[in-house]
Amino acid sequence: MNSPRQGNGTPLLEVRDLTVHHGQLRALDRVSLHVFPGEVYAIIGANGAGKSTLLRTIAGLHQPTEGTILYDGTDMTKARPERRATAGIVMVPEGRRLFGSLTIEENLQVGATYARKGPWTIERVYELFGWMKERRAQRTAQLSGGEQQSVAIGRALVANPRVLLLDELSLGLAPIVVQRIYAMLPQILATGLTVLLVEQDVSQALRVATHLQCLLEGHTTLEGRPSDVTPAQVEAAYFGLAPEGGAGGVRGGGEPFPRGVRGDGSPPEEEQGGSGGDRPPGEESALWAGSTPSSRGS
Amino acid sequence: MGWVNAIIQGILTGGLYALFACGLSLMFGVMKVVNLAHGDLAILGGYIALGVIAITHVPVLWSFLIVVPIMAVLGYVMQRTMIQASLDRSVLTTLLVTFGLSVVIENGLLQFVNADSHSLGVGNSIITKSFSLGSQIQIAYLLVLIFAVAVVVLLGLQYFLSSSRYGRMIRAVADDREAAQLSGVDYRHVFGIAAAIAFGTVALAGIAYGMYSQFAPTTGTDTILLFAFAAVVIGGLGSLWGTLLGGVVLGVAQQIGAQINISYEVLAGYLVLLAVLVFRPQGLTARRAES
Repeated sequence: MNSPRQGNGTPLLEVRDLTVHHGQLRALDRVSLHVFPGEVYAIIGANGAGKSTLLRTIAGLHQPTEGTILYDGTDMTKARPERRATAGIVMVPEGRRLFGSLTIEENLQVGATYARKGPWTIERVYELFGWMKERRAQRTAQLSGGEQQSVAIGRALVANPRVLLLDELSLGLAPIVVQRIYAMLPQILATGLTVLLVEQDVSQALRVATHLQCLLEGHTTLEGRPSDVTPAQVEAAYFGLAPEGGAGGVRGGGEPFPRGVRGDGSPPEEEQGGSGGDRPPGEESALWAGSTPSSRGS
Repeated sequence: MGWVNAIIQGILTGGLYALFACGLSLMFGVMKVVNLAHGDLAILGGYIALGVIAITHVPVLWSFLIVVPIMAVLGYVMQRTMIQASLDRSVLTTLLVTFGLSVVIENGLLQFVNADSHSLGVGNSIITKSFSLGSQIQIAYLLVLIFAVAVVVLLGLQYFLSSSRYGRMIRAVADDREAAQLSGVDYRHVFGIAAAIAFGTVALAGIAYGMYSQFAPTTGTDTILLFAFAAVVIGGLGSLWGTLLGGVVLGVAQQIGAQINISYEVLAGYLVLLAVLVFRPQGLTARRAES
């Protein structure tokens, strides 16, 4: 797979030094990212790392205390969520958030009300999710979690976004359902969308991503192409262990790792070895049950 | 025969109460605003009708063609400014703000009009007459007309909400405001539309009340607001047909109370309200979507 970063033009979405507070808590601390057209940009991180906050801030649901959000060269930092949606930044929110008293079709119609021009129509969404059309008159409150997630994706697609924000698609869904939903991604990408997704399920994220960024307690701890990062690096970035080794093209976070994870400041334990990057594939890991990202084609 | 008469009169009066209540129910259902100025707005509509009739000499019956748009625009503007600003703070603030609005309207009317009672006389027309059913039951055409208007308004609202683009957006915003924003819907504008509809129906209610009875600046809070609340609570929040049912139950209870002793009329209505609150607090018609 060719990375769109090679020979890229300007980023479609650019976030500069974004800082977001939830009351006193600093949920994001000067996080930056560049999403280029056609990318599948995955943000991973543990619970509370600030992933969803980042996505919600890009969608306009939180106001940052500092930083800038540029979309297609336009400053969107202060724009209202509905303005961003009509401009082409559309989010599938965490927990689906369908209009429960509306039918499937009505949910899609609301999504299409202020749609941009583009390839996606309600009919096309019905083609993508084969089961949906004949059940279109059903209220979405009666659907299963996976079905609701599909409707939520459909509702975002009919707005014809240029950047699709996916917030924790896998949350609360059975693994088989998650796989089925992610299997739809190539068909969605084929229509020329750019995807920025947040996932707790790291192996799932690595399977689809063309670019990866790991957050830990509001800081960026790792960024790079999935093929360039090793499981050990991802694990270190995810849990806040000191980075080891480092493949070319990968930028480890410049921020010092937070206290508490390695409170004594001692050097990495021997299990990490002197070169975490050479960790043998297939080794047991909390993030990958057996499989490793290095087996993915690049 | 007196009891049958009481029930028939009660049902017809229920139409008027449903007309009072549907705007209140809509504003609560969509933006969770309990509009304490609702009754005063109905009376304001009545006074605007008086003014419009005095200036333009339109027939009383057709004054709504002018008054309803005026009130609808007022509703949109007030929602986008004052009510939205209070919503952005907290739900409690909306209570205080609409209460303040109620006081301002009432005292403004006392100041600029006067405390006398007014009515919207229809003059010598068929609707001021009544027809007889049997020997004891007299039914006023006016009450039948008001009941019919209430049914038409509710049918129209039902159709608008279920079938139109804006109706769909109103339901979507009532379900999940944030998700609607993510679909590009400006919920403030949608709230404004809902408020415009609510104010429009309240103008109709004010005109209907002025033709049916007399109003003074204090009638809004004393009578209309309380009856509207009672109808909404009895019928069940968020259901348009529940509002009609609530109005009818309230009307019948009042007329039956009056049949026992004329001084029990209002009391009987509130006793039914109390009974509903105790035994079926969700109202007679439970909400359709429970999720």
